[in-house]
Amino acid sequence: MEKLLDVRDLRTYFYTYRGVVKALNGVYLTIKDGEVVGLVGETGSGKSVTARSIMRLIDPPGRIVGGNVFFEGRDLLKLSDREMTKIRGRKISMIFQEPIIALNPVLTIRTQIIETIMANRDVSVNEAEEIALELLEAVGLPNPKMIMKRYPFELSGGMAQRVFIAMAISANPRLLIADEPTSSLDVTIQAQILDLLNRLMEEGRISSMLYITHDLGVAAELCHRIAVMYGGRVIEFASTEEIFKEPLHPYTRSLLKAIPRLGYYDELYTIPGRVPDLVNPPSGCMFHPRCPYMKDVCKKEIPEYVEIDNSHYVACHFAGVKDVR
Amino acid sequence: MKILDKWLMEHKYKIQDVKLMMNMIRESFLAKLGLTIITMFILTAIFAPFIATQDPLMQDLTNRFQPPSLEHPFGTDHLGRDIFSRVVYGSRISLMMGITVTLILFTIGTTLGLIAGFFGGAVDEIIMRITDIIMAFPSLILAIAVAAALGPSLLNTMIAIAIVGWPRYARLARANCMQVKNELYIEAARAIGVSNLRLIFSHIFPMIISPLIVQATINLGGVILLAAGLGFLGLGAQPPTPEWGLMVSEGRRFISRQWWISGFPGLAILLVALGFNLLGDALRDILDVRMRR
Amino acid sequence: MNIAAYIIRRIIFMLFVLLGVLIITFIVSHVIPADPIGAILGPQAPPELIEKINREWGFDKPLYVQFILYVKNLMHGNLGKCIRTNNPVLKDIIIRYPATIELATTALIFSLIIGIPSGIISALKRNKLIDHFIRIFSISGLSMPVFWLGLMLLYVFYFRLGILPGPGRLDLGLTPPPRVTGLYTIDSLIAGRLDLFINTLRHLIMPGFVLGFGAAGSIARLTRASMLEVMRQEYVKAARAKGLIERVVIMRHILRNALITPVTVIGLIYGGLLEGSVLTETIFAWPGLGRYATGVFLFLDFQAVMGVTLFIAIIYSFANLIVDIIYAYIDPRIRYG
Repeated sequence: MEKLLDVRDLRTYFYTYRGVVKALNGVYLTIKDGEVVGLVGETGSGKSVTARSIMRLIDPPGRIVGGNVFFEGRDLLKLSDREMTKIRGRKISMIFQEPIIALNPVLTIRTQIIETIMANRDVSVNEAEEIALELLEAVGLPNPKMIMKRYPFELSGGMAQRVFIAMAISANPRLLIADEPTSSLDVTIQAQILDLLNRLMEEGRISSMLYITHDLGVAAELCHRIAVMYGGRVIEFASTEEIFKEPLHPYTRSLLKAIPRLGYYDELYTIPGRVPDLVNPPSGCMFHPRCPYMKDVCKKEIPEYVEIDNSHYVACHFAGVKDVR
Repeated sequence: MKILDKWLMEHKYKIQDVKLMMNMIRESFLAKLGLTIITMFILTAIFAPFIATQDPLMQDLTNRFQPPSLEHPFGTDHLGRDIFSRVVYGSRISLMMGITVTLILFTIGTTLGLIAGFFGGAVDEIIMRITDIIMAFPSLILAIAVAAALGPSLLNTMIAIAIVGWPRYARLARANCMQVKNELYIEAARAIGVSNLRLIFSHIFPMIISPLIVQATINLGGVILLAAGLGFLGLGAQPPTPEWGLMVSEGRRFISRQWWISGFPGLAILLVALGFNLLGDALRDILDVRMRR
Repeated sequence: MNIAAYIIRRIIFMLFVLLGVLIITFIVSHVIPADPIGAILGPQAPPELIEKINREWGFDKPLYVQFILYVKNLMHGNLGKCIRTNNPVLKDIIIRYPATIELATTALIFSLIIGIPSGIISALKRNKLIDHFIRIFSISGLSMPVFWLGLMLLYVFYFRLGILPGPGRLDLGLTPPPRVTGLYTIDSLIAGRLDLFINTLRHLIMPGFVLGFGAAGSIARLTRASMLEVMRQEYVKAARAKGLIERVVIMRHILRNALITPVTVIGLIYGGLLEGSVLTETIFAWPGLGRYATGVFLFLDFQAVMGVTLFIAIIYSFANLIVDIIYAYIDPRIRYG
């Protein structure tokens, strides 16, 4: 399979009053055509910033300071703003964590969905209206005509997310970036949205997807491969099977232990320590203060991101050494 | 080769870092500009006798209406007085008024605000309703009314501005006081029998002073501007005092030809008010950022 | 809470504030001058006039009785008499306020035309040179002594260049149009006098600009802040992510939301302009309420002082009331909160 998206050494910094927040410190990530990749990590690990950097939606004081984002062979970071506008919505589209605030509060759903369709497809208003109705139906919204007249605050979170998904798939993009699309929703609604995404993939309305979540369990259900982020880097990237069967990074192992199993919430394992401060990050491997297997070298040198086994990437000094633990 | 590449990579990021940091420093350019103006204003006021070239009150009727020249950088007025020297001495009056009024405002406002916030109930209700009324009223008109009723003089101008200005401080002090008063250490102090008065002034007041000082800085430009406006209307300082607002008003009769008589004193008012407003703006931004984080 | 209840509550609050204003001005104008009648009438007042005023306003009675008498007279529309013009105060006010309204409205238009685009550009070009420039300009607006700006512009544009007319509402020698609204711009059009209309407009330019300059600064700052706030919102990012071109993102998604705030404070700004007209009218010999107010204040003409103060307070409070109501309509949180 060919690489649809190839992110290399992506670095995004935020220049705040506190200092420079190095949100991304060299992210590597690939997505093949037709594949669903999960991007997993704690809050503040850089998942959302990665998604927004790929879309080039970083606002000041943030800036993408280095790296490449190859999409269909072209480096998105080198495109003009005008060319990038043609990528967004047509080739890559995105759905957001909080659908209600991602919809403009003073415009009707009709205005927002039709402007999206007309921005990305060469159709008239009437055609766009028909497409919109068909899409709203396809994402499982009853009575699309009513929905079109509503304002965002008149919708529930689940309905708003469905509207957003309808807009995102309206131009049949090659890649859909889903930035924690269910984490602001009720548990039952979360399951419905996941079902919807699965169904849309089966129907071929979504071809490839980057699914961002802090929940390894959800990622396992949906994704072919999983990338684990920590401190602004991808520290392990492998097929879902391998991540679960043979995790190589100590952080991934801790995450697996932390997955809540039904009935065991009380004994939930949490990873000791805190998420690293990205203004003054720890020296060497960023995970070393929390790592149970920490050695001297971990404090001094940043581990390189390397391919250990066939397509199993990891950034840890002792990834290949099995007997450290 | 690999080492060189690595070096270049690392330093490329560093170079970009420095450039962006510079941009951020330039962001506070306005604050630095404001601070510079204020410093110059205060220095001028302190060293007025050394900067002025003449006695600000000295008349020289043979030298009336001189346009700006080397000898008289800002020209002379209808009585032949050197405008530069008058503007320099005027800075003392402006600074004195600004500081005095701010101190009065600060004292009255903070005291009433603390009392309202600390005791609550009917006292709070009365004080807050008075602030409502004063703040619902256009401040310039009220200040003119009060100043006129008291009779024109520098002192009365200051009283008038203080009367219209204290509610802002009172509200700020009250809001902060209510936050602080339920803190544990205040409760503890109360439990060991510290008197209310001591509690307010030696325990609560120090905790809430910094936002009030910021408020005072933000407000100083407005105070100086209002004072100059009252001076212009003849409600403040009386001739021959070199008060800037009054000087603008004196030059008004000659505006068709001798623009400098009004021009330079007014420019001084603008600059000083600008200085305080620039600094105040930046302070507010920084506070805002601190609150957001 | 529904909107009607909200409005009623606000009106009650407004009446309460007005009563407070009345009491404060009453105290200021009665207690502080040692001899109110002397201050009003001057030393050469004829005894029968003193007698008449004493009877009408009860100066020999205790203060609270005087206050009740004043309120009683007020209820009958009797604001007393202005000593300087020898007219009933209410009549003086009615004659003069259209001039002030015309000036303040011009100033508002100027300030919106200058302030809103400046604020938008400033926010879109944040931290660029033009942003710094506009910010200095808008802070200068707040720092500007309007009386000085007025004099300087008069010097340059009237005395030196002669391209704009001097003080007053019309050139000397021109007769105002027959009064219908009291606004010369409208009355001249009603009378079909285009020349008067143009002359009036030309006379409005300088004082309107001077008065509007400070407000332009506030509006620019407000617009900039509001724009930056909206630009941070998730829906703006989402709009870009949907593939909309930048022009549409700005026009439809940013501006539309960002301009709500400046629009809601127009009433408040208008109140500020009415207040600022005191100094501007003095400079430009504008026969409006502001100039009348300074005149009666300086002479402690107390009935006129009370009348003008009350009138301005009413307008000011109405402006605030209207703002709050508009805001309640726009922001559902206030409506339902």
